[in-house]
Amino acid sequence: MNKIGLIIRREYITRIRNKTFLISTFLLPIIIVLGIAGTVYLAIKGKTNHRIAVSDQNGYFKDYLKSDSSIFFDFSPGIDTLNYAEKNCSAVLIIPVLNEGQKTIYRLKYKKQLGLTNVDDLEKRINSAITDHMIFTKTNISRSRLDSIRAASDLGELKTFSDEGKKSQASSQGLSYAIGYTCGFLIYLLTFIYGAMVMRGVSEEKTSRVAEVIVSSVKPFPLMVGKIIGIGAVGLTQFLLWIVLGIVLFTVAQAFLPHELLQEVNNIQQANAMGNAQMAQSSEAARQIFEFKQSVQGTNWILIISCYIFYFTGGYLFYASLFAAVGSVVNEDPQEAQSLLLPITMPIIFSFIIMSIAIQDPGGSLAVWASMIPFSSPIVMMARIAYGVPTTVPYWQLLLSMALLAGGFLLTTWMAGRIYRTGILMYGKKPTWKTMWKWAFKA
Amino acid sequence: MSMLELAHLKKYFATQKAVDDISFTVEKGTIFGLLGPNGAGKTTLIRMITGIFYPDEGNILLNGNKFKADEDSARIGYMPEERGLYKKMKIGEQAIYFARLKGLTASEANKQVKDWFVRFEMQSWWNKKIEDLSKGMAQKLQFVITVLHKPELIILDEPFSGLDPVNANLIKDEIFRLAANGSSIIFSTHRMEQVEEICNQIILINKGKKILDGTVVNVKQEFKENLFRITANPLPAHFPEDLFEVLSKKEESLTIRIKNGHTPNEVLRYFIDQQSNVSAFTELLPSLNEIFIKLVEGTSLSRQFQPIQS
Repeated sequence: MNKIGLIIRREYITRIRNKTFLISTFLLPIIIVLGIAGTVYLAIKGKTNHRIAVSDQNGYFKDYLKSDSSIFFDFSPGIDTLNYAEKNCSAVLIIPVLNEGQKTIYRLKYKKQLGLTNVDDLEKRINSAITDHMIFTKTNISRSRLDSIRAASDLGELKTFSDEGKKSQASSQGLSYAIGYTCGFLIYLLTFIYGAMVMRGVSEEKTSRVAEVIVSSVKPFPLMVGKIIGIGAVGLTQFLLWIVLGIVLFTVAQAFLPHELLQEVNNIQQANAMGNAQMAQSSEAARQIFEFKQSVQGTNWILIISCYIFYFTGGYLFYASLFAAVGSVVNEDPQEAQSLLLPITMPIIFSFIIMSIAIQDPGGSLAVWASMIPFSSPIVMMARIAYGVPTTVPYWQLLLSMALLAGGFLLTTWMAGRIYRTGILMYGKKPTWKTMWKWAFKA
Repeated sequence: MSMLELAHLKKYFATQKAVDDISFTVEKGTIFGLLGPNGAGKTTLIRMITGIFYPDEGNILLNGNKFKADEDSARIGYMPEERGLYKKMKIGEQAIYFARLKGLTASEANKQVKDWFVRFEMQSWWNKKIEDLSKGMAQKLQFVITVLHKPELIILDEPFSGLDPVNANLIKDEIFRLAANGSSIIFSTHRMEQVEEICNQIILINKGKKILDGTVVNVKQEFKENLFRITANPLPAHFPEDLFEVLSKKEESLTIRIKNGHTPNEVLRYFIDQQSNVSAFTELLPSLNEIFIKLVEGTSLSRQFQPIQS
């Protein structure tokens, strides 16, 4: 219909032209990258150094429990459970007499909480100290020899290949994880941002009474659908701009690498193509860049981008109409929206939580189920797709998930449309759930 | 054939019979006053005519054909009481957008908007936004948007509220011009003096029912109470009580009610016989305001909610 096109055009153009669109398009990725970098930096930098007093009456551990930058073990003899705090130690570790072949309980007393990772770390150190001590007592291999054997044996590296019949594709779990997480997170974030935009747009039309003027020319349903499509198109435009931005940044970053390094990378590439692995001769940096390039090239970007577009659109359509329905029933008071929004925002937040679990185990049953149900599939499926189609996600799962999502958004749009067409012209009291149910399914 | 014909229109909501069996016709080129107290059902009635609501029962005929909201929306222009414009959209674009929603092509819409902006001296507003306009200016724009697409039926809900006398006159003249060009105008307001000045025909609804229908002249005749004002010098010393009753006296003017069965000529003859020099003698017709109050008064002031068994 011609009129729906006019509505889509208006919604799209007024938003694209808005300065906030351009700003948010370029600022959002920067903020996300800075946010991630900031957290990583703080996580590395923010590790507190712990001084732990060791009360080791039998002297088993003196040479085996080694201090490093994160934990310092204080073996000074004067320290005991009574005075460790005065001597600047955050905890005291009590080593009992070791009984061979028995599980021994070590006790740690603290004034200041150490945190889960530190306790884990400590346990590992204790256990390796016990092993080392045992090796020494049984075989007489000295501590220093043991260390040099350890250092020499630190060579193994597991490489993963996804098995696609004829050719095995070198894959990078890390990159898949990053892509999956980014896509899932983006869909999660954008569903909220654009959903809220739809809601605000609808409620603006209602409170400014524009709806009444328009509804005398266009039926409420095309008005709602036009708004949803127009705003969705803004979201897709933003995504395309991000892809362009990504390609530009990738190219620029390459230009900044030193020429010799690139030459080396090319050498590896040629060597690899000819079939002789001369990796050992190249520098570590060049090898890493080569591997990164290879896994970037090995990723099926077309699949990921088209799936992203489908799942972003599907998820957006699924939720946007619900946001529109909420916008249509609330009046001037934005607080009214809060309680109505809860049943819409909860599934989105849950999907995000499920996604962060599913990304650890993309083939698990939670991941599979959550990627089928339309409430969570847009976010969860994107996290799985990054691990590969049809290896991690079989074709039938992908198609079923897509079909269910399409059916899901048709259903929510239909239902929301019925609430919307009544709500948009009703002023006064906020309707109850019961009345809204009646609008949706009875009237 | 009437421009608009409503037959036995009904719309019941959960707690109210908003419109309960209302019929009336609007002829081509007339200015039609739709009157009624708050909550009488005017807005619901208008929303049915504009196709926003479907009537539960009854028919709406436009030029003799059944009204179809989708096709006929281009023939109707509706200006709701509470103005509806996008605050952040540029005024020129906004006017074109609304015109195109009514089915005008881009170039046609552009031309119409430009013409109207020139007529209302609004050219400098083109790139401004609604939030830059005063309430009265927004009102003018809303009126332009309502009539841009040359609708045959124009529905105006309180079009003058918030307008200064100059702009109110501007819009009033436009209303007369549009009616003279053949548009029918339904004009809903509480301001009875405006109705008297502008409308040819009125209906009055209360509690969802029509309680009065007719031309302004006929309605006034119908509700006249044989009141006259007579100015004379000197006033007769004595008034014949079987002929008329004096309601008030102010200097040389009397307001009188002529008793049933007597005519104004008899009263005049009496004054002349009494050697009284009559300088003015006029019939006092009731104002619509008085008729309105008389008809609506006595019914409970605000509309009560009632359960509907349907």
